[in-house]
Amino acid sequence: MPSRLKDVVEEKEGTLLSEWMKVQLQTLGAYKDRISESELRTNLHDFVLALKQGLGGSTQNLEAASWTSLRDMLSNLSRQRATQGFSPAETAMFVFSFKPVIFNELRKIYEKDPAVAAEEILSATELLDKLGLFTMEVYQKTREAVILRQQQEMLELSTPVVELWSGILALPLIGTLDSARTQIVMQNLLEAIVAKGADLAIIDITGVPTVDTLVAQHLLKTVAAARLMGAECIISGIRPQIAQTIIHLGVDLGSVVTKANLADALRLALRKKNLAVAGI
Amino acid sequence: MDRIPILKLGPFLLVTIQVDMHDRLALILQEELTARIVTDGARGVLIDISSLDIVDSFIGRMLSNIAGMARILDADTVVVGMQPSVAITLVELGLSLPGIKTALNVDRGMDLLRMSLSSEDVAARGHDL
Repeated sequence: MPSRLKDVVEEKEGTLLSEWMKVQLQTLGAYKDRISESELRTNLHDFVLALKQGLGGSTQNLEAASWTSLRDMLSNLSRQRATQGFSPAETAMFVFSFKPVIFNELRKIYEKDPAVAAEEILSATELLDKLGLFTMEVYQKTREAVILRQQQEMLELSTPVVELWSGILALPLIGTLDSARTQIVMQNLLEAIVAKGADLAIIDITGVPTVDTLVAQHLLKTVAAARLMGAECIISGIRPQIAQTIIHLGVDLGSVVTKANLADALRLALRKKNLAVAGI
Repeated sequence: MDRIPILKLGPFLLVTIQVDMHDRLALILQEELTARIVTDGARGVLIDISSLDIVDSFIGRMLSNIAGMARILDADTVVVGMQPSVAITLVELGLSLPGIKTALNVDRGMDLLRMSLSSEDVAARGHDL
């Protein structure tokens, strides 16, 4: 059944827009620095325009072609607001704040016939809820994309391998180790061992906040892989709390040389290469 | 039929694996290598796997078997030149080859063998006295 909502919106477009603008302006105060009044007015105008187009077709299926322009408009708005730093509620309120405005108009028009008014309000609610949820979905997706990008950037940042001396590499680990990161760390270290022809590697875990069985297992795997290639590993930077956790967890680090700090590890590495540091 | 050449370098044997190791080839290598250790009286075996890109659990086990056999025949085994990807694969397979000595390249592997040989000689002289 073609909704009468379309006629109402077309007839009362002017009133609806000005009323809605009033509602929006009341909440605008809080984020005046992020969006200008004229920009907001354009947004409202675009929304009503696209809504009229959408109402021409089916109101049940938002995937229909008639809703394309409204969906595009809302996606753009949502993406824009997500990056501008609007909260989820503020973004959703853009659509939901249209509800009281249109309900008021519907009530006025069908004053004599409350049953029809209730029906129209119900269908309008359904439609606006769907639109609001759609907006939230796009908002969420945009935020997820931001988080994903940051995660990848962190992965790239976090695994430098430095050459302390010819044949001695150091791998300062910072942050929590998970499987994906360990894989990259392991690969970087092994490739550096080949590239530099190093036979000693110091893995420094001063910057690793917690060591659980999984992290310990990852470390042991890295050490085993380096050994297979002919390089010996020293683990350094084990803090007292971490030493306690490792023993409480029953992790066996017996096969790996461990040192309390990087300086001790370097001293050991130099001795293994028959080198000594002398004062002058 | 493919064969992997075994070269004699002083008291050591050098095996360079340059073709894809299939299971039959691995068994032939095992057989020939043990025979050569005995006939040449070799004291050490260097296995260079730097051109090996893929290993499976069978090859991993074969390497540790060869090391074990050589050990019984009084020769040290050093595996040299393992690729990073191969090392990761072996560790993920749970084969960290605990009995095998490793080195970065043939040069370092040779040093390692010479060192263990000379320390053995010292120990042997100690016994004579």
